[in-house]
Amino acid sequence: MSETLSAVASTPPPPPSPSAPPPRSLALARLRDLALVPAIIAVAIVGFIVNPVFLTSDNIVNVLQSMSEIAILVLAQTIVLITGKMDLSLESTFGLAPGIAAWLIIDPALTRGLGLDLLPDAWAVPVVLLVGALVGAFNGLLIVRFGLNGFVVTLGMLIVLRGLLTGISGGQTFFALPASMTYLGSATWWGVPASIWVSLLLFAAGIVVLGYTRAGRALYAIGGNVDAARAAGIRTDRVLWIALIVASVLAALAGLLISGRLAAVPAAQGSGAIFQVFAAAVIGGVSLNGGKGSVFGAFTGVLLLFMIINVLTLAGVPAQWTNFLNGTVILVALVVSRITGGKAQT
Amino acid sequence: MSGTSRAAIDGPAGGDRPVVEAVNISKRFGSTVALSEAGIVVRRGETHALVGRNGAGKSTLVSILSGLTAADAGAVAFDGRPAPPLGDRDAWRQRLACVYQKSTIIPTLTVAENLFLNRHARGSGRLIRWSELRRDAERLLATWSVEVDVRQPASTLSVEQRQFVEIARALSFGARFIILDEPTAQLDGAGISRLFTRIRDLRAQGVTFLFISHHLQEVYEICDQVTVFRDARHIVTAPVAELSRQALVAAMTGEDVTMPEADRRPPSPGAAVLLSVRDLVTRSGAEISLEVKAGEVVGIAGGGGSGKVEVAEAIVGLSCPAGGIVAVDGRVLRPGSVPDALAAGVGLVPQDRHREGLVPLLSIAENVTMTVPHRVGRHGIISPARRDGLARRTIADLAIKASGPQVPVSDLSGGNQQKVVMGRALASHPKLLVLITPTAGVDVRSKQTLLGVVEDVRRRGTAVLVVSDELDDLRICDRVAVMFQGRVVHETAQGWSDNDLVAAMEGVDLHHV
Repeated sequence: MSETLSAVASTPPPPPSPSAPPPRSLALARLRDLALVPAIIAVAIVGFIVNPVFLTSDNIVNVLQSMSEIAILVLAQTIVLITGKMDLSLESTFGLAPGIAAWLIIDPALTRGLGLDLLPDAWAVPVVLLVGALVGAFNGLLIVRFGLNGFVVTLGMLIVLRGLLTGISGGQTFFALPASMTYLGSATWWGVPASIWVSLLLFAAGIVVLGYTRAGRALYAIGGNVDAARAAGIRTDRVLWIALIVASVLAALAGLLISGRLAAVPAAQGSGAIFQVFAAAVIGGVSLNGGKGSVFGAFTGVLLLFMIINVLTLAGVPAQWTNFLNGTVILVALVVSRITGGKAQT
Repeated sequence: MSGTSRAAIDGPAGGDRPVVEAVNISKRFGSTVALSEAGIVVRRGETHALVGRNGAGKSTLVSILSGLTAADAGAVAFDGRPAPPLGDRDAWRQRLACVYQKSTIIPTLTVAENLFLNRHARGSGRLIRWSELRRDAERLLATWSVEVDVRQPASTLSVEQRQFVEIARALSFGARFIILDEPTAQLDGAGISRLFTRIRDLRAQGVTFLFISHHLQEVYEICDQVTVFRDARHIVTAPVAELSRQALVAAMTGEDVTMPEADRRPPSPGAAVLLSVRDLVTRSGAEISLEVKAGEVVGIAGGGGSGKVEVAEAIVGLSCPAGGIVAVDGRVLRPGSVPDALAAGVGLVPQDRHREGLVPLLSIAENVTMTVPHRVGRHGIISPARRDGLARRTIADLAIKASGPQVPVSDLSGGNQQKVVMGRALASHPKLLVLITPTAGVDVRSKQTLLGVVEDVRRRGTAVLVVSDELDDLRICDRVAVMFQGRVVHETAQGWSDNDLVAAMEGVDLHHV
């Protein structure tokens, strides 16, 4: 037996093990980030044909501004999805964080009894971010520390946080917000709304952190194979925890932007947004199973989604049909990205 | 072989301090004793085999040696110095590396990134430099002559390439002692011989291996020393050359084990043809025609890529063939239809029990009766009592080690899981039993039971098709068809010699070289 095997081994060397796939597929793999770019160009052309207004700078700024808050939520969700978890509660954090800040700051005398007037105006932004961090830390406690299922935990948190916001606001809308809360959402820097700058900067930071730092790559490693990540010396629990906190802080910041833009915090702020967020992330190539996807891809996903919605608006589609078309757009975009991505979506 | 090992042991490197020395190690998990005053000494430059049946304590010892678990008692020393504290992963990684059966590669990342995970090359601002990382990875793989494109995602690697990449990564930490945990379990013959060539090369460069395997012939082929564990204890350590196969098996099992072989009686010529395959062509282009009579065991042998698994899957309906006819007991099967094959009386043990064979969280009873709902209930309502009765019979017939039919199969050892798969294949009283690599990753005793069951089934008049490259599996066959690159190249009746059969599987004709 052993003679035979060694005899075989010493006959002409065995054919080299199947080596690298052809370079074409490698190039494609690196281009997967850009998979949606042709679709975005196509939609831009269609939009221009439908209505030449589409490509004017005013309209482009309009699209970018309308997507900026949801885009930050998508960025937050992308970070969590890449680690192989998901965070449904982001949409409630999106409403609750500015809601709590408004509740603590605004003067009940001005707002028919809403608010406590406990904190000075300057505390608004820190409170918003702190609420985000606390929600993220609590999610982390349940998911990472106690090992509960992330989907169900954050589903519970989604309901609890929404209920909390409804409770403190009595189901009403906070208004008469302090200037410190409305500044980011309403200011204009170099002729472009600050919220666009903020979201673009955050995406740029996301691309760098997730693509070029060890901490960012740790997210991919955890999502791809958590045991292997641990074996490589990554502190997986700590990284997961931080990812959840960062995501919630981003959601709180996004909520601050939209509150500033609308100068109000309705009790339903962000309600139902999570579905659009998931759709944009998946269209952008982020895997629900973790370990796959990029920040840039997620950005193209959310951009494509909002461009299509904008084109439909410009085409004069009645508002009653918006939801139907939104859903259709999501499904069509999924099919398109499945075709351009080439692989079964997970 | 003993000559080379002697030279390696007495070689210049590192004096006479053993690379690793574990003494009087004890470990309990709850009420089970995993290790009881066991130990091992591995000397520099040798390739040391650790063998034992499932549950003998091998994996516990490995996890203690690699610093993943603390021993309750006993001491581990590397190069004569006590082991580093458990938390110091880097220190452990410099001393030894372990290539587990379960991949520690992250499939979604590139090979390059896997090699330097969490220690990426960084430039200014602590940002990762991808080009430098790729160059490092290419250099590392070139050092150990692993030919893999570092830019491809690790998910595209074959099992063999993945192991080489893992070995190279282990070496890059500075470890010169590597534990290979059943590295050959998922490799075909050619892959195994390439792995062994690689191990020999690395040994020549001073790398020490601890090699864990179920396959005793591999121990004889590649190892210098062998240590046997049984029932949580160290039984014997001896040079491989001084321990006969029989003695080794006896040390592992505590008794003599002989593998079943086919009866020398051929099936009666008048027996009905139960399986007839005519001009079957699979999608991948493999072709086969064969007939199996009642009470006959026929083997299809071949290495990986020979097409043996593809034809077997086409026969049982797991994949749709490109052409040809499969008939079971005169009934022509609908191509690519598993329900039709089941209805015609085909029982299957699939290739990968984890993927196609079992639902791990369900109980033994549910797994065994999965294909035969009509036997455990009526009108679509399952009777738990009848189901458990059937499962209890299976547990007894196949000597499955479990406390009852309610135990989830995920709690069973590999060998016992495979018995459950076999029990499920037999639950329908099949006319034709198709076994694809039925004893892969299974310990010696379970293997004996599984192959013994085939003999029983055959005697009752079932036709059996064994698809494997494992000689022990093929030894129970009345005749064996050897496939190579999608064609049957060789057919031999029982009484073949190991060398001829292995040579035929490798595509070498020993008589005409």
